[in-house]
Amino acid sequence: MTVEDVRPDTYRPSERRIERERFRRARTRRAVTIGAVSSLATAGLLIGLVVSSPGWQRTKETFFNAHDARASLPKILDGLWLNLQLMVVCGAVVLVLGLLLAITRTLRGPVFFPLRALATAYVDFFRGLPLIICLLGVVFGVPALRLQGVTTDPVVLGGTALVLTYSAYVAEVFRAGIDTVHPSQRAAARSLGLSSAQTMRHVVLPQAVRRVVPPLLNDLVSLQKDTGLVSIAGAVDAVYAAQIYAGKTFNYTSYVVAGLIFVALTIPMTRFTDWITARMNRRQSQGGTV
Amino acid sequence: MRSANLLSPRLAAIAAAALLTLAAAGCAPQEDDSAGGTATPSGTSAASCAPTGLSTRTAGKLTVGTDTPAYDPWFTDDKPANGKGFESAVTYAVAKQLGYAQADVVWQTVAFNNAFAPGAKAFDFDINQVSISDDRKKAVDFSSGYYDVRQAVITLKTSKIANARTIADLRGAKLGAQVGTTSLDVLNDVIKPTQAPAVYQKNDLAKSALKNGQVDGIVVDLPTAFYITGAEVPEAKVVGQFETGGARQEQFGLVLDKGSKLTACVSKAVDALRKDGTLAGLEKQWLSEAVDAPVLK
Repeated sequence: MTVEDVRPDTYRPSERRIERERFRRARTRRAVTIGAVSSLATAGLLIGLVVSSPGWQRTKETFFNAHDARASLPKILDGLWLNLQLMVVCGAVVLVLGLLLAITRTLRGPVFFPLRALATAYVDFFRGLPLIICLLGVVFGVPALRLQGVTTDPVVLGGTALVLTYSAYVAEVFRAGIDTVHPSQRAAARSLGLSSAQTMRHVVLPQAVRRVVPPLLNDLVSLQKDTGLVSIAGAVDAVYAAQIYAGKTFNYTSYVVAGLIFVALTIPMTRFTDWITARMNRRQSQGGTV
Repeated sequence: MRSANLLSPRLAAIAAAALLTLAAAGCAPQEDDSAGGTATPSGTSAASCAPTGLSTRTAGKLTVGTDTPAYDPWFTDDKPANGKGFESAVTYAVAKQLGYAQADVVWQTVAFNNAFAPGAKAFDFDINQVSISDDRKKAVDFSSGYYDVRQAVITLKTSKIANARTIADLRGAKLGAQVGTTSLDVLNDVIKPTQAPAVYQKNDLAKSALKNGQVDGIVVDLPTAFYITGAEVPEAKVVGQFETGGARQEQFGLVLDKGSKLTACVSKAVDALRKDGTLAGLEKQWLSEAVDAPVLK
């Protein structure tokens, strides 16, 4: 069949087809209209419920006060800088450390047993330890040891605590990815003469990492929000700046401002995650789905 | 193609409209009084301040909130109900003034942040070293002040600011304070340090940081300063206190719900206790170690 064989001008859609398309368009229009009306009604109902509640006036004053929002914003943004720094630095360290832990746990051979056992113990401990306790221990415990040359900077210590906990989470994500690579892949690689390390580096890891990108980004979003916990050591992050403002004025608007800023930060990250996932799915299903 | 709607659109629209009218008609419970109006002391007679006339949370009981842990010297042994410690003693004195017996005072744990949350309060009044300020008055009611607050700086005896004489001597130091306190305001507005202050959730954490050398000094109110240096961190000392302005004299007040009907009566009780010297006596009894510290100019 060549291009010349298809003559589009000879094709006339039948009456029935035109009728069918018209009908479908009408149905679509109707569905959209109904959806819009029902959404408006629902929104109206919810707003009506909230605004007509007896405490609305005070709630509005306490949580949605434009003056307080403006007054607290500069300090909150100052604090946000700390969140972002911690997130970028800790995120990078966590990825590297998590991957190393995962590889250590999947090493084969009896000679590596102590390494495997250590990595397993580490992951078990720090995955189970509540983050806030880990933070308190590191931030107030380490300086109490009075070690020479060890920092007492609360931000560095807090970041260390975040890395300890999150690298354990991320190590498990990576390990799950490594375990999903079919053994035949490894067998094929070894039979081609690749060493164990080369197999890991060129065959297993690329597939494993690609598979766990979505849960990894999930952990990074979670890390982004948990950076605020470092404030327990006295460093002022965005949420803490909001709390300081609220404690001073007895008004909660600053919390709402900080919350919205974090949501605004997380949304691009979530979209990015979705896009990565979609792209991976497209790549994997090249040649069509069966 | 028929859409399989459980509810025809017409019915749905009618249902939504009905719900909307219901909401607008206010099926939500209405409060019996409009919040926002503060009671005026002139409008209450002495008779209505008797326990029978007061609309407390629980009839015949006075529910008092404070945070946990309750710190010395304001409370002792973290037990607000034992009547020991300045604020515990003040509470029972206020209760007595209002005509409540000691057994009728019920203590509630209320975190600092919850004390000023809008909505129904879990206490009749809250006593938690809360400083009175105009901003805060927009959110809660305060009684008259029951204590005149002075702020002080404490540090380790080995610290570089141990011998500071002026506010300028403190400017370059790393200082800390507790969140939500006027100590933090003094730190920011009076000292104006060159390094960002460390802000702690609780004084316990500030004390740890001081011991660990993570901060050079912390700002607390004077009685707390003397308690910490006297009993808790003996290797620390009070550097000095800050001047208090006459008109800007900072005071601790009892926190009540905005527009509470009790505010006038509680304020009257506090005023009476100040007048007859009860408050001064309790100060002497519980905060007597708070002798003067050098004033930092």
